[in-house]
Amino acid sequence: MDDRRRRFEAQALPHLDAATNLARWLTRSNADADDVVQDAMLRAWRAFDGFRGGDIRPWLLAIVRNCWRTSAGDRKRRSHVSLPEENSRMTSEAMTFAGPSPETSAVRSDEGRKLDAVIATLPEEFREVLILREMEDLSYREIATITDVPIGTVMSRLARARAMLREKWLGEVESEASNAV
Amino acid sequence: MPCDQAHRVEAYLDGELDAADALTLETHLETCSECKTLLAQLETMRAALRGSASYHRADAQLRARIDAALDKEAPRSNVVAWYRNVWAGAAGGAMATAMAASLAFFLLLPEATDPLITDITNAHLRSIASEHLIDVVSTDRHTVKPWLAAHADLSPPVADFSKEGFKLIGGRVDFLEGVRAAVTVYRHGGHIVNVFAWSNYDEDLPDFATRNGYHIVFWKSGNLIFCAISDTSIEDILHLSRLLKALSQTDARE
Repeated sequence: MDDRRRRFEAQALPHLDAATNLARWLTRSNADADDVVQDAMLRAWRAFDGFRGGDIRPWLLAIVRNCWRTSAGDRKRRSHVSLPEENSRMTSEAMTFAGPSPETSAVRSDEGRKLDAVIATLPEEFREVLILREMEDLSYREIATITDVPIGTVMSRLARARAMLREKWLGEVESEASNAV
Repeated sequence: MPCDQAHRVEAYLDGELDAADALTLETHLETCSECKTLLAQLETMRAALRGSASYHRADAQLRARIDAALDKEAPRSNVVAWYRNVWAGAAGGAMATAMAASLAFFLLLPEATDPLITDITNAHLRSIASEHLIDVVSTDRHTVKPWLAAHADLSPPVADFSKEGFKLIGGRVDFLEGVRAAVTVYRHGGHIVNVFAWSNYDEDLPDFATRNGYHIVFWKSGNLIFCAISDTSIEDILHLSRLLKALSQTDARE
């Protein structure tokens, strides 16, 4: 293994889980996500000489997002420009993706499953900022760079994502809690 | 009526307020029950997103796939550092351009296996670093085309393909291996596409090349050689090349 490969593995591979998580939440399909991640890691490898220092995670996640957008899913998405209302409907695809997987169903809480289903139905521009902010703990500036929009847009999308989440999930949890009393 | 400080609660939660603003908001929270409730809800949601929602990790199969794919890549012992701390190629976007523009880059020449591709990539890098992107700024083909004819002695097809997603932003003259080339510059989303055109180059060219994350597409049309380079996807570059090929044919008939 040459030195370049060793450096790449030492720097990029620790963020493979973050890349996978983003890709799965974007594609909502494990198989498509794996293709996107593989493509992204190859592109990152080829562009690695251009990367010097700094935090490699946002750089890698930006590549993941670009790969996702240029993948087959993107063409489908463009031919089917979805309205938020339409996208937010519980699609069968989103349900399947958010459903319990064999290894986790035994331990996954009911809360987690419901939450997954709600996140999966958020329109993608809101879903991606929510994942990047809450799961990856990235700053507004980093998210703006990754999603290629101004910081103000990141803030308004994040606010909208949280409002939708509050309405669809927190509302439900709270009403259940009050029913239980 | 919602509290006018509500929008700051999220920035506070996200650690995006400076110390003075954070202090002001904390004082506000002591007296505003609405903002206090909002903050509590946001914190509950954050805890659930970080604790209960699925975090999808790479499984062994995916790791093995990536490992195998990297093994197949040719070793790159001669590849050099193009420039420092720039979000190269794949990341793209306006930020990359701005960063590239603000940083000095150190260009070491790779082995002369494909000097033309090196020249094209260097010219593209120079252009996105804003040193030399455009000599004639115009979205009008009737301005760019005569300018190129006068300055590059070439008259490649030029058109604004805004409707197809490629906005004409201008033209310039560049040199590839000492040969004068007419360059038309398009913007595609956050990406710059440079289209080089030149004549009298009889060496066999590849159809595609990728260098440091930049995709390069070559084609011939009439007596001109064309080359488009960008950090956008290869599909997008091919799309533009098809548009330009069709335009060459129209121009030739006129």
